[in-house]
Amino acid sequence: MSIWVGRETRLLVQGLTGREGTFHALACREYGTKVVAGVTPGKGGIVHEGIPVFDTVADAVRETGADASMIFVPPPFAADAIVEAADAGVALIACITEGIPVNDMVRARAFVAESNASGGKVRLIGPNCPGIITPGQCKIGIMPGRIHSPGSIGVISRSGTLTYEAVNQLTHLGLGQSTVIGIGGDPVNGTSFIDCLAAFSDDPGTEAVVLIGEIGGMAEEEAACYVAGHFRKPVVAFIAGQTAPPGRRMGHAGAIIAGGRGTAADKMRALEAAGIAVVRSPAVIGERMKEVLGR
Amino acid sequence: MKVHEYQAKAILARHGVAVPRGEVADNPSDVREIAKRLGGRAVVKAQIHAGGRGKAGGVKLAKDPEEAYEIARRMIGMTLVTPQTGPQGRVVQKVLVEEALDIDRELYLGITLDRSRGLPSLMASRSGGVEIEEVAARDPSAIVREPVDPSLGMFPFQARRVAFALGLSGDSFRKGIAFFRALFDAYVETDASLAEINPLLVTKSGDVLALDAKMNFDDNALFRHPEIREMRDLAEEDPLEIEASKFGLNYIKLDGNVGCMVNGAGLAMATMDLVKLAGGEPANFLDVGGGANEEQVQNAFRIILSDRNVRAVLINIFGGIMRCDIIANGVVAAVRQMGLSIPVVARLEGTNVELGRKILRESGLRITPAEGLADAAAKAVEAARA
Repeated sequence: MSIWVGRETRLLVQGLTGREGTFHALACREYGTKVVAGVTPGKGGIVHEGIPVFDTVADAVRETGADASMIFVPPPFAADAIVEAADAGVALIACITEGIPVNDMVRARAFVAESNASGGKVRLIGPNCPGIITPGQCKIGIMPGRIHSPGSIGVISRSGTLTYEAVNQLTHLGLGQSTVIGIGGDPVNGTSFIDCLAAFSDDPGTEAVVLIGEIGGMAEEEAACYVAGHFRKPVVAFIAGQTAPPGRRMGHAGAIIAGGRGTAADKMRALEAAGIAVVRSPAVIGERMKEVLGR
Repeated sequence: MKVHEYQAKAILARHGVAVPRGEVADNPSDVREIAKRLGGRAVVKAQIHAGGRGKAGGVKLAKDPEEAYEIARRMIGMTLVTPQTGPQGRVVQKVLVEEALDIDRELYLGITLDRSRGLPSLMASRSGGVEIEEVAARDPSAIVREPVDPSLGMFPFQARRVAFALGLSGDSFRKGIAFFRALFDAYVETDASLAEINPLLVTKSGDVLALDAKMNFDDNALFRHPEIREMRDLAEEDPLEIEASKFGLNYIKLDGNVGCMVNGAGLAMATMDLVKLAGGEPANFLDVGGGANEEQVQNAFRIILSDRNVRAVLINIFGGIMRCDIIANGVVAAVRQMGLSIPVVARLEGTNVELGRKILRESGLRITPAEGLADAAAKAVEAARA
């Protein structure tokens, strides 16, 4: 079992004909994802690497029944691509693009929230994220498929390569994953830790969750609050940036300790208080999960 | 991106935000002339990208143009050390000369992103002139927060709510409302990430002005604000960090002696944490990005090694899409080309990992392959001690 994406998911790729879009669309298809359409305005009608290309997302959805989108559109145009996909009713939008202006994301997120408030069912993952994968079934994003294995551990993370690290450890210890979600390193994003936890809570195929946070913002504290009140499955957590100095942005736009808030120590304390097994070293995420599960 | 106070005030004035009269200068003679134009009495303010200037002697009142000249003569070229500059301080290149105003009240006003709501939020407090973090720690209820949807703009009732909370009345109530709305528009239109007015001044005659102004801008949106991008002052930034940004590398200098080269921001932070857990101190944060090709690795090496404190380099690359043998070849080529003399510990993970390790082992260079994160950090810390 899994959340949000699986064997039946039909993927369209916005920005398919670009270099990165092509490379990753083919990698997803090779992994087993049903890649049914591409969207590049002005290139509608062509077939690219065996994938039909459309001018608009609405056309692609109507013609191919696509229900998920992966976005590889350059930063100045990416928020518009998100809104177009949401407007076409695409159920799951994974925006890989890094470097989208915050104000653009504020508006895109508001658009998604408004269409959901009036009956829509749109989930935005990212931006600035590796994407989402249900091992053995469906890969939407830039993560290396081969390090994953099917199983019952859910993984949620704000980071990219650090997620691969955790997944790799789990796989080596024989702990497969139900679904792995990179929610992205930007300050304004579509899906929160809590959204993922709620879905994992309802998923009988998920037995436990790995949560990987980092400095900046309050998302981990909010997740801790949710876990304490609502989440009944074991959670192992790691927070990156225990040694980061305040006021310096650590790569991700969202990773900054500002105004004395968002430190790793605060986050680790909040997670521990919620009964979560917090590891200090990223090298033992997998081992700790094994212990917690008593295996 | 950060700008100086005088630049922030110029931007705000263009958007209709009330600021004191003033001009910027880089020599004492100009300061004297500006003070004359302002009517004699003037405030001379050092322009550096750091707060806490007042207590450090970077803000001085002159009673006449001659005194303004004397103050500027001492201030321009001095190294100002404030709690925000670090012990090395910053050299003052320019001063802002402003009219001296009579102060009735000093308030706090700031706009920044409320991440939980995904909206910009106006924050206001009656305690101006102090760090907002101090107010927040002492009495969180003393800060009012007004989230505003940028697509709708700030409604008059929202501005009124802030004005009432600040205890404004009469003329200053009306002027305060205009000020808040203009400031919010400026924040949105310039793609700012912070607009802080501390203190917001209420004069005895009821005027409301930005006595100080701090603005930061969203780096990702600078492409549509070329006039703001031109305000970047490279003298205020670390030369190594500027150099790194030219090659798409994200580098931040720290105080330790273990240089770190990692792909991905989260993994880079986690690697710093590992160095610390292994008993060492990281010399830097460095994210080489997703690609990590030979040229990137070479540039990263060069920048890490320009820091004289570095005693060993830890490379931690999780090759998602990249193959380890390609990364290993890049590392070997870079080390060879640079004639590297300090030990390098490399931990590669991903496709063809065995081949990658073999290339490192057989290179004949001082590159130690490591297996796993903990092993890599331990080896690097040990190498830095030797």
